[in-house]
Amino acid sequence: MDILVWLIPAALALGLIGLAAFLYALRSGQFEDLDGAAARILFDDETPRKKDPR
Amino acid sequence: MSVLGRAPAAEAPQSAPACAHCGAPVPPGAGRFCCAGCEGAHHLVQGLGLEAFYRKRAMAAGTLRPVEAPPADFAAHALEEKPGLHRLELVVSGLTCGACVWLVEQALHAEPDVRRARANLSTRRLTLAWEGPAARANDFAALIARLGFRVAPFSPACLRASDDAEGRELLRALGIAAFGAMNVMLVSVPVWAGIDMGEQTRHLMHWLAALIGMPTVLVAGMPLYRGAWRGLRAGRLNMDSAVSLGVLATTAMSFSETLRNGEYTWFDGATALLALMLAGRLLDRAARRRARQSVAELLALQEGQVQVLGAPAPVPVERVAPGARILVAAGERLRLDAVLESEEALLDTAATTGESLPRRFSRGEALAAGGVNMGAPFVARVTARAAEGSLAAMGRLIERAEQARGRFPALADRAARIYVPIAHAIALLTFLGWWFLGGLPWQAALVPAVAALIITCPCGLAIAVPSVQVVTSGALFRRGVLVASATALERLASADHVVLDKTGTLTEGRPRLLPGDWTEEDLRAAASLARASRHPLAQALLRACPDAPLAEGAVETPGQGLALGEARLGAAGFCGLPPDPRGMSLHFTRPGHPPVVFRFEDSLREDAAAAVAAFRAAGLGVELLSGDAPEVVERVAAEVGIAAWEGGASPARKAARIAELAAQGRRVLMVGDGVNDAAALACAHVSAAPASGMDVAQAASDFVLQGGGLLPLAEAVERARRAQRVAAQNIGFSFLYNIVAVPVAIAGYATPLIAALVMASSSLAVIGNALRLEGGGRR
Repeated sequence: MDILVWLIPAALALGLIGLAAFLYALRSGQFEDLDGAAARILFDDETPRKKDPR
Repeated sequence: MSVLGRAPAAEAPQSAPACAHCGAPVPPGAGRFCCAGCEGAHHLVQGLGLEAFYRKRAMAAGTLRPVEAPPADFAAHALEEKPGLHRLELVVSGLTCGACVWLVEQALHAEPDVRRARANLSTRRLTLAWEGPAARANDFAALIARLGFRVAPFSPACLRASDDAEGRELLRALGIAAFGAMNVMLVSVPVWAGIDMGEQTRHLMHWLAALIGMPTVLVAGMPLYRGAWRGLRAGRLNMDSAVSLGVLATTAMSFSETLRNGEYTWFDGATALLALMLAGRLLDRAARRRARQSVAELLALQEGQVQVLGAPAPVPVERVAPGARILVAAGERLRLDAVLESEEALLDTAATTGESLPRRFSRGEALAAGGVNMGAPFVARVTARAAEGSLAAMGRLIERAEQARGRFPALADRAARIYVPIAHAIALLTFLGWWFLGGLPWQAALVPAVAALIITCPCGLAIAVPSVQVVTSGALFRRGVLVASATALERLASADHVVLDKTGTLTEGRPRLLPGDWTEEDLRAAASLARASRHPLAQALLRACPDAPLAEGAVETPGQGLALGEARLGAAGFCGLPPDPRGMSLHFTRPGHPPVVFRFEDSLREDAAAAVAAFRAAGLGVELLSGDAPEVVERVAAEVGIAAWEGGASPARKAARIAELAAQGRRVLMVGDGVNDAAALACAHVSAAPASGMDVAQAASDFVLQGGGLLPLAEAVERARRAQRVAAQNIGFSFLYNIVAVPVAIAGYATPLIAALVMASSSLAVIGNALRLEGGGRR
């Protein structure tokens, strides 16, 4: 059962990383436009993009 | 991009004679474009090197035709984020595919001072940031308008309508609950399976589960607890209170079991239940989000600015004071109550009174807000500010009626009202029974009681109705019927009488050429003159003869007519003829030909008669109620086959008629589009408005009909009834599950495993049942 000492924290840490990524994505507005995101991937940036100040 | 690559790209959509920009049909020999606007837009796109757009777009032909930019001042809406950096939020109508998003963003990025341009496809919202003066806002708006999109500033009203803070919070809570549920499961499953787990290990597992479960329940449950609290304060038990009590009691009991190292903890059940509830709630919202966004978009486009005499730029409606003199351009909607100061004005009052013929007003007459100027530009003196005018009064009436309707109890809430007290009573009796009669210590007696609570927790019940709503709203959305309010489907299902408005609802709300005493050649010559004008009658003439070439050099006298050399098309006086008292008509004179007159009428929608028949087939009584002249109403009623009709009805009369029907115990579905219908719409049992109607009408409605077809609404009645049946079945299903599972729980045999099985399988059964609706719709 000693293995639990490693396995459980490792599993929880992985889960927490996922949760943190989800919360980050939510906060940075990545869930705002799911339809648009699906379409956007089909287009190349043909004009050179300027630096985004964000 | 190479020169070789460019030519075929631009030519590609030209297999049929279609406009190279908007894709609308082009008369043969007229070139590659349907109008000068499209030609300009195409050159603009080409100049920016963005022709890839034409290959990748997916949109209806003709939607991208540039129209004149609205006379709005966008600079006033720009916000200064940092010194020198301005931000602007715009609604971009016509943004229907990924290619449009790309085109708009790239075109704006090509401007040297634009720092950020991001269009949102779901909300049609464009966020734009640039370095430089606020006045640049107008240039950017004009640029987008030249590409063929309609733009409007994002007003606070439509921001409220489209902002989805609550949805975001639900999503966040769902994420947390899902994380919690999965990780608690990780430590709980070994306990259920628990083959050779020592006491100590089990205790460790319990503590771990508590450590993950308790914060999860606390944080992720907030949206539900708030709903429960609101219900309690209003003295009602609702679904939220049942779920909240179940989840919190389970958590508390599990914590007590953790402390005394009991056999099982139930944190997994509590968190999974929470995740399921939140998912149901989120789906329910998503089903109505699209409808809300469409309405917000319409609101933004109709949000008006007015030309105040003496003011340098157009002024937002709400800032115009009484006494101000405003100029109403030809084709513009009058947005404020006013007194006419010009000699004469011709107003289309279809939206406010339902009359299909434009009415002539003379100096000093009062004009009600909502009319459209069909004649020459006129000057009027404002008599009431927007917040006190007739439109606002209508808005208040609607609000009052909405509040009354908001109290309509949703089916799920009605079920919960009976169900929740019973479930709680059972749990309490179980606890008392085991404690006093069974002789268990109170902590142990708590276990079966809470098990009963969590198993009866209306999990299937809470998903039963949302799942049906999601499937049905989705199916209706694809047919152009937007469901705007939460209980709309339930009310539509119970409707037994339909009251239809005429203008704009049964009819197109736009004029159509009648057959008359003229030749094809006359029509062709007149239509090519008419091509130069945006007047509604000229447009109607053009629709009757769409391939007429543009007559070069035609001169328009606004509100009077068009002249080209000796040829004249327009009002009788303009053509030098004696005045013509009869309704909508255009006179046409040219040298060497006798004068002709084109007459128009408001034509019926194609599906009007079919829709009336479908309403009847669904068992609804049909009635026509219009503000138009009785003889017109009678003719339309006969044409679509409605026996009960009433003409000349004022807005108050309409509302009174609805109330009359309601007093007879009928549940009325009201369909109307105008300001004059708004009160009737709001006090009807359930209501629908075409998307082409007035914003007040849509605000008062449960359904918005995109494309304006009535037939989809008639079919929606049947669909809503089927949805109701399935929702009732679903509720029955969840009850059945409980009747089986509750005795097990009371007897103390329930384990977290059984609870999980019951919960998951009842939810799946309910969702599966709801999905049948989707299949049934493709008959």
